[in-house]
Formats: sequence, C-alpha cells, structure tokens
Amino acid sequence: MSKNIKLMQGNEAIAEGALIAGCDFFAGYPITPSSEVAEILSNKLPKIGKVFLQMEDEIAALGAVLGAALGGAKAITASSGPGISLKLEHIGYASMCEIPCVIINVMRGGPSTGLPTLPAQSDIMQARWGTHGDHAIIAITPSGVNESLYETIRAFNLAVKYRTPVMILTDEIIGHMREKVVIPDKNEVEIIDVKLPDVPPEKYNPYNFTSGKVTPLAPMGEGYRYHVTGLIHGETGFPSQKTDVIQNAENWLIDKIYKNIKDIEKFEEFQTGDADILIVAYGSTSRSARQAITMARAAGIKAGMFRPITIWPFPEEQISKLSKRIKKILVPEMNMGQVILEVQRNACGAEIYGLNIVNGEPITPDQIYAKIKEVSEL
Amino acid sequence: MIKTKFNYDYYLRKNTLPHIWCPGCGDGIILKALLRAIHKCGYPKDEVVITSGIGCASRLPGYVDFNTIHTTHGRALTFAIGIKMYKPKLKVITISGDGDALAIGGNHFIHAARRNIDMTLIVFNNYTYGMTGGQYSPTQPLDSYSTTTPFGNIESPFDVCNLAQAAGATWVGRSTSYHAVQLEKFMVNALNHTGFSVLDVITNCHISYGRRNKMKSPVDMVKYQKEKAIAARSAENMSAEELAGRFKTGVLFEKTDKPEFSSEYYKKLESIKTK
Repeated sequence: MSKNIKLMQGNEAIAEGALIAGCDFFAGYPITPSSEVAEILSNKLPKIGKVFLQMEDEIAALGAVLGAALGGAKAITASSGPGISLKLEHIGYASMCEIPCVIINVMRGGPSTGLPTLPAQSDIMQARWGTHGDHAIIAITPSGVNESLYETIRAFNLAVKYRTPVMILTDEIIGHMREKVVIPDKNEVEIIDVKLPDVPPEKYNPYNFTSGKVTPLAPMGEGYRYHVTGLIHGETGFPSQKTDVIQNAENWLIDKIYKNIKDIEKFEEFQTGDADILIVAYGSTSRSARQAITMARAAGIKAGMFRPITIWPFPEEQISKLSKRIKKILVPEMNMGQVILEVQRNACGAEIYGLNIVNGEPITPDQIYAKIKEVSEL
Repeated sequence: MIKTKFNYDYYLRKNTLPHIWCPGCGDGIILKALLRAIHKCGYPKDEVVITSGIGCASRLPGYVDFNTIHTTHGRALTFAIGIKMYKPKLKVITISGDGDALAIGGNHFIHAARRNIDMTLIVFNNYTYGMTGGQYSPTQPLDSYSTTTPFGNIESPFDVCNLAQAAGATWVGRSTSYHAVQLEKFMVNALNHTGFSVLDVITNCHISYGRRNKMKSPVDMVKYQKEKAIAARSAENMSAEELAGRFKTGVLFEKTDKPEFSSEYYKKLESIKTK
C-alpha cells in the first residue's frame, strides 16, 4: 500500500492529528498565529457530524471544551499568547477536576499583545506554572509539521489516560511552515478512547487519590451521576476541608504525572555519543541546532543535541545523566532563558550557557554555530 | 414522564447537607421550587445537567442528585454550552448569582442569549456578593449601601430581564423567593421552553445586603419582595413614578419562532451530509 503523503502546514497537521485521534469537539476564539487550526476544524468536524464552536472569548472556549469533555468528548482548543493567558483559569480547573483536554499554544512573541505574527518560545514556564496553585501538567514541543501531527495524537492519548490538560507548544514558525507529512491510517497509531468506568454507577467515585491508578472519567449523561467542583474535593467529588483529604488530593495531582514520567517522557538524542558540547534545544530552535551541530562537526567540534519532545514533565534524569559526561551545555531558545533554568537545576557540575534571541526572527544555524565555537574555546 | 409522587429526598444528596446558606436565606426556597419543577417536567435524573459558577447560589448543584458541575466564576454557561452541544439530548440548567451571571459572566450571558441555545439560566438575584461579604453587585439598586459602596451606590443597575431580552433570549421571566408557588410555575415554563430561558429570581440576603439597607431580618426582606414586586400586567397602567423602586414579575417575554442553536447546528450537519 502506498503511503499517504501530503504537504501541509503545522497548524493543519495539528487539526489532522486531532481528527485521527478521534477529536469530536473544538471550541476556540480567533487569534494569530493559531487560527488555521480553528478554520480547518470548522470545515472538517461538521462533515463527520461533530461539533465546532467559535465562542465569545478565550475563557469561554476552554469552558465549552471542558463541558463537552465532561460529556465524554475528546475536545481541543487552540490559541496563542494573550489567549493562553486568558485560558489559564480553565487550565487550572481542568487540572483540579481532572478533565482531559488538549490545548494548542502556537507561541508568539510577548508579553501582552507582543508580536502576533512572529515566533517565540516564551511560554514554556507559563505552560508549567501559569495557572495558580500546585499542579502538574503535560506539555509537548514538536519541532516540525510531521511531528505536530503525531504528537497531537499522543496528546489526546495522554489527556484521556491521565485525565489532565495536555498542551502542545508549537510556534509561529512551525504553525505556518509547510512540510511533508506521512498521514497514518487509524489502525497504525495507538488511540486511547474515552471509556465507561468498569464499576456500576452506585460504586463509582469520580476520583481516586491513593490507589495509584487513574479512575476513568465517566461521561455525564450515561447513568453515572456525580459532582464536579474546582474546590478541593475528596474521592466522591464533593468539597472537603479535611487536612488529610487536601494533602492526598494535592499529592495525587502531582504524582499521577511525575510517577508516570517514564510513560509520558519523549526525547531525541542527536550525536551525543562522543559529544563534548551538548545543545539542549526544542521546537523550531532544535532544527537550527541540528544544522549548527553538522557545521560544528565539520569544523572538528564534537557537538550533539538533546531534544525534549515532552517538555513537561521535564526530562530531569536524562539531563542529569548527560551532564555527568558532557561538561559544556548550550541552551538556545527564543526567550530570555526558561528551559535553561531546568537544565541548571539538573545538570550537576557542567558549564551551562544560554543563547537567547527574542527579536522576532528564528535563531539561525549560524548564530548557534557561532555560539558553539565560542563556548568550545572557553 | 415520571409519574411517581414528588419526594424531596429522591432529588437531594442528603449526605452533602446541611447546606452552606445562612438561616433565613431565600436560596433554599428556590432550590425546593427547582426540584418540584424538575419533577413536574418529568426529566430523568441521569439526563439533567446543572452547572453553576461561584458564589452562594452556585453551591446549589452539590446538594442535588443530577449531573452537577460547579465551575469557575461567571463561566457556568460556557460549560453548559459545551455539554449541551455535545449531547443535545441532555436537559441543561445553569444556576448563577447576580455578580456571577452579570458582572464576571456578563459576556457569556449575552452570548448564550444571542445564540438562543436550549437551556435555562436561573439568576439568584440578591443584589450583592454575599459569599465575599457584601460588596455591591451589578444589580444593586442606586443609592443602596454595601461594603464597597459605604457612601451609597451611584452605579445604575442592570435589569436582568431587559438585558436577556435585548440580547436575544426567547423566554424571560421574573419571580421572587417570596412568591414560591409562582416561582415553581415559572420554572416549569422556563424549563419547558425550547430556547434560552432566563428566570430572574429576586432573593434575600439579609446578612450581606439587608442589614446595610434597613432590612436586617429575613422578614424585612421578604416584605420588601412582597411589596416591591408588581405583576407585569398591573404595571402596564402605572406611571414611572408609581413604578419607581419596584420590579415587574411575570413572564415578561416569550418568543417561539427564533431558531434554537443546538437543533440548528445538528440540522446543518444533516444538510452537509446529504450534499
């Protein structure tokens, strides 16, 4: 059978990936540079009998997504910059109430209105810590169009499996770039579906904080009547102020992600085997880094790359391991230094350098190569 | 249709009681009217979804045995729209206070009305942010006092019903927690209406609002509801002076020929399929 290959844009690949994953609900609000995700799904979802909604604002869009997800939908929203700032309220609600959903952030320059049509990678820390209160989150940074499609499918799977919001962080470059995509058949990829609980309604608790297993979220309207609240709640779903319940609930929100990090993590290593300099790069910047490494190797500098694909939870163990062997680390990113903070926390004894360019232009291979050379001579 | 005899216990989650509302609060009367109305309409419990925002009124869903979602401040309608559009067979009801529905949630309120989506919004309108200690709300009458209008309110209040009608809601009514029998009847009407129905229920918060406005006891506030309510029909022949400080009750607006959003959406899907 011939492969189904198409040339498409990053935002289009996300929409395609969502459809392959079984997405049946989108709600959004127009914002550059993510609008194509909405435009494409506004055309495709109705054709397969599913729901597309353009809501009155960003907050409403994620509210509708969460309402639909409580009904059992595989639901997604897409936004950028100021839109994500508005969505933070409901990202917290999704975390607290353990409602699966996928949130696309096509990153643009900030703060505030910033650079609507130009790329940045400045929402990495916002993705992790943006909403108030202790919580964990899964965030994924694809580096190209093909990967955007497959990682969107994985995002839906992780959202359902761990009952959590999952963010995809691309940027204006990937969102609007056109590349070859190999579109998989549905039976070629793993798809995790929303299921009814395996206990009858009278025995169903919507939460379980202590067994280590994620309780399935029963779709509302199927006989499992339960309560959902953004207040701290016990396993029955009703609010509680008992100290042990509060502590268990908080622990669970973190543990269910971090204790399953082996299942959630994903990364790529490129020429790290003999490397003297390690580049830690993600998303579109990793593309320039790959080229810069080839340039460096041609000039006799042994550089290699560690590329987190799952950026949250952060691949602490891998960074720690690599830093024991490679003593110089360079972190190029289109922000003033965000992932470098995580690298510093986890790389013991290594010299760590940043390359932070936030002028609205992609970081080029030349810029990274120049920095590699500079670092190698230090 | 449920033909069984009405019984509060069947609808209450008794293990979540007592409720958080203060003694004398009107919210319990509205809760009871709602349960009787739902019973009269005959909706199976599994098919009813109740969403709410934040505030005293919004605690209601926790006490009743349906599919219940206590959401974020002002956003209950957005969750309601999501689940209604995804599962249009469900009966969706939203409970909101005046601050929740009209201040922080004002945008969602007018857009739900504009869409004319088939659901019922019940506004527990007590003129105040009771849970946070009695700050002034967007429905608080002019010249009245609150913890944040210590010198009297100079902001014009919203009229929930006028706003709902202007924004496109197709069933609009008002009652009070004093008029419990009428309240139940209007709830049945609102629930049975196809389209976006808004029921403004004037209720009493003697603790946060009343005691700063010479209505210290629940009795004072119930008297206020009784005396200030004027049936819409009677109000027709009254002058502006006579109506000053009073509010109209009744079914204030009803329209049955405006397309309803969720059914229009699924109709559109059918037409796409057949093309």
